[in-house]
Amino acid sequence: MAYDEMYFPNHTPRAHYAPYATWLAQEPPERLERKRAEADAVFHRLGITFAVYGDVEGGERLIPYDPLPRILPAADWQRLEAGLKQRIRALNAFLADIYGEQAIVKAGVIPPEQVFANSQYRPEMQGFLPPGGVYAHIAGIDIVRADEGRFYVLEDNLRVPSGVSYMLEDRRMSMRLFPELFSRYRVAPVEHYPDRLLDTLRSLAPEEVTQPTVVVLTPGQFNSAYFEHAYLSRQMGAELVEGRDLFVQDDQVFMRTTQGPRRVDVIYRRVDDDFLDPLVFRPDSALGVPGLFAAYQAGGVVLANAPGTGIADDKSIYPYVPDMIRFYLGENALLDNVPTWQCRRPDDLAYVLDHLPELVVKETHGSGGYGMLVGPTASRNEVEAFRERLIAHPDTYIAQPTLALSTCPVFVESGIAPRHIDLRPFVLSGKKEVQVVPGGLTRVALRAGSLVVNSSQGGGTKDTWVLESTSLESDIVEGDA
Amino acid sequence: MLSRTADHLYWLARYVERAENTARLMDVTTRMAMLPQTPALTEQNWGAVLSTTGLSLPYLKRHGGLHPAAVLHFMALDGDNPSSLLSVVRSARENAHAVRGALTAEMWESLNSTWLDLKAMGDEHLEGDLLPRFFDWVKSRALLFRGITEATLLRDEAWQFIELGRHVERADNTARLVDVKYHILLPSADEVGGAGDYYQWGALLKAVSAFENYRKVYRDALTPLRVAELLLLNADLPRSLHACLNAVQAAIHGLAPNGEAARQAGDLHAHLHFARIDLIFSDGLHEWLDDVLARLSTLHGQIGREFLLPAPQPEYA
Repeated sequence: MAYDEMYFPNHTPRAHYAPYATWLAQEPPERLERKRAEADAVFHRLGITFAVYGDVEGGERLIPYDPLPRILPAADWQRLEAGLKQRIRALNAFLADIYGEQAIVKAGVIPPEQVFANSQYRPEMQGFLPPGGVYAHIAGIDIVRADEGRFYVLEDNLRVPSGVSYMLEDRRMSMRLFPELFSRYRVAPVEHYPDRLLDTLRSLAPEEVTQPTVVVLTPGQFNSAYFEHAYLSRQMGAELVEGRDLFVQDDQVFMRTTQGPRRVDVIYRRVDDDFLDPLVFRPDSALGVPGLFAAYQAGGVVLANAPGTGIADDKSIYPYVPDMIRFYLGENALLDNVPTWQCRRPDDLAYVLDHLPELVVKETHGSGGYGMLVGPTASRNEVEAFRERLIAHPDTYIAQPTLALSTCPVFVESGIAPRHIDLRPFVLSGKKEVQVVPGGLTRVALRAGSLVVNSSQGGGTKDTWVLESTSLESDIVEGDA
Repeated sequence: MLSRTADHLYWLARYVERAENTARLMDVTTRMAMLPQTPALTEQNWGAVLSTTGLSLPYLKRHGGLHPAAVLHFMALDGDNPSSLLSVVRSARENAHAVRGALTAEMWESLNSTWLDLKAMGDEHLEGDLLPRFFDWVKSRALLFRGITEATLLRDEAWQFIELGRHVERADNTARLVDVKYHILLPSADEVGGAGDYYQWGALLKAVSAFENYRKVYRDALTPLRVAELLLLNADLPRSLHACLNAVQAAIHGLAPNGEAARQAGDLHAHLHFARIDLIFSDGLHEWLDDVLARLSTLHGQIGREFLLPAPQPEYA
């Protein structure tokens, strides 16, 4: 029986959900259905869509918005926030170390082959320290809740994490559909995220640039997250550029404008490392800007996130994050990792092969819920097929116990039913401060029993309410396990 | 502003304007077809719908003869015809999608929902009493988009490029429309129209929302000379060639007042400003319009070179 965010096992609502439960009990299902249809229509009209690769005509579809909010008490959030900030500090310290003196490897905490034989390690970055020593300026950390409500970090996303636009639009939608609930609850606002993002990006520009020009670099309108790129650029008042809009001259970056070339100081890039600069990374890429990396290393422009962050969020590095926190910060991790077997270790592999039907096995470089095995829901054939791949390439897999992810009530065809959820808060790291907007994107596995919440796999989203600490103070202790 | 963004905005505006013009022309042609007229004239009027957009050949290749229902489908909902309403709205929406950051949320929302609705429409909207409603809908969506743009968009470069695209397209459309219709109705300058011509000239005016305006300006019967004067030279009629060039000139002036595009626009504007309709007719309306269209096309090319095309790539060792 998974932990439910709203109800105790005896189906009485948890204290922070009690006012909501009272409201929900008086809400006719038809009205909820109407609200959901309204949300769909608005999202569709606004074009808040998700482009699907390989789908030419349909092209875009909605990420379903669930009208029932996911509510987090203030104390839960405070713990999460402290843990997230700690984790990001350690991950950024790890990146600076790996591309610097490599103390953590020399100290024997992380085996060198785990880092240097990893395709996510970028030798081009060796010896280069980005402004302020920060590599991952924007991070999305996937959090799940299991057992009796304990939080675990499932995954760090330090390359080009997406989803923050859904956090913002879901909130806007809830406020539009259910204004009355916002008088019953003091929900911490999230609308200032773009403002904080812009501040963070501007803080990265060289001191002497008083009015830095920030741009958002997108692969283009057929990218699955294009909506978000356009959305953030509009919210920040930053130009949305494609590679072909930029050029490099004398290690400075310019955009082509109707009034001639204009200098660019900071690039919030939503293009993967591989496609940034055909002169350094993939030569066949048409998305990037020739000479961009050289300009970056010469200090002519700042890239956020820095190239090479993938080495810190790779699933084969993930098991070492608690060690990193101890190594760099001298602290114990405030947020737990999910116990992980590294299949490259013979003992771990043997255990994993013996327990395949109970485990979740993931490709170390995979993302988006592709290339993974969820043992308990897989067919016998799928398990056996996976076993062969695992034996053939054990190095590229890790395994974890199948967590009973927490559930939250979701409005589905058959009414209101529990579905598994996760949470992706977004952490911003500037030159000086690390901050987290209270909330994040709650993703929902819409199929009953499914543990896969990724939007590319038919997941939905929920608005995430972090309660202000002043109200409902008494209700939030039971999450502690 | 990014040159690429300017390019998308310019074309976005052109496509929205084109959709409205196409709907207007088809609307009056449908209404004309209900009047008693010779089959030859009916055919010519439907042919004009195709020839103003330069689509006679592709249409005939596909459909053979001029059948009203086929022309309607071809020009309204045929996704393979790049100038059909469906394709034009799709192009407008694609250009908007590429520069969403430069549009207001309301502009995007309006255009996107127009596209979604239009995409869902079938041929039943091109029949019976649904047909006039269909044209009204297209016109009102175009007008709504313009109103939203007017009411929400910052008056910066984005606005200028939208103005520019809209009026270059409109000028082009008005010039072509007058050219094609005069060719049908007045094959030579000496010809005097019969009684039925009242409706023909009236239809031409209605295609550009100028029928009532004609009455206001002239308070007199419809004559070919005055209709042409109103549509080409009257600066107060929003869809006249002269009014379009006023707007084009103003937009370019706001962008680069000393450039070559500004010079060409000013030159063409002066040409219209000081023209006289009797002289145009005595020299030949068709020749005059041909010249104006050619200059308009040169100006369009200059706008592209000056603002929309990216500067040449710098060299890399």
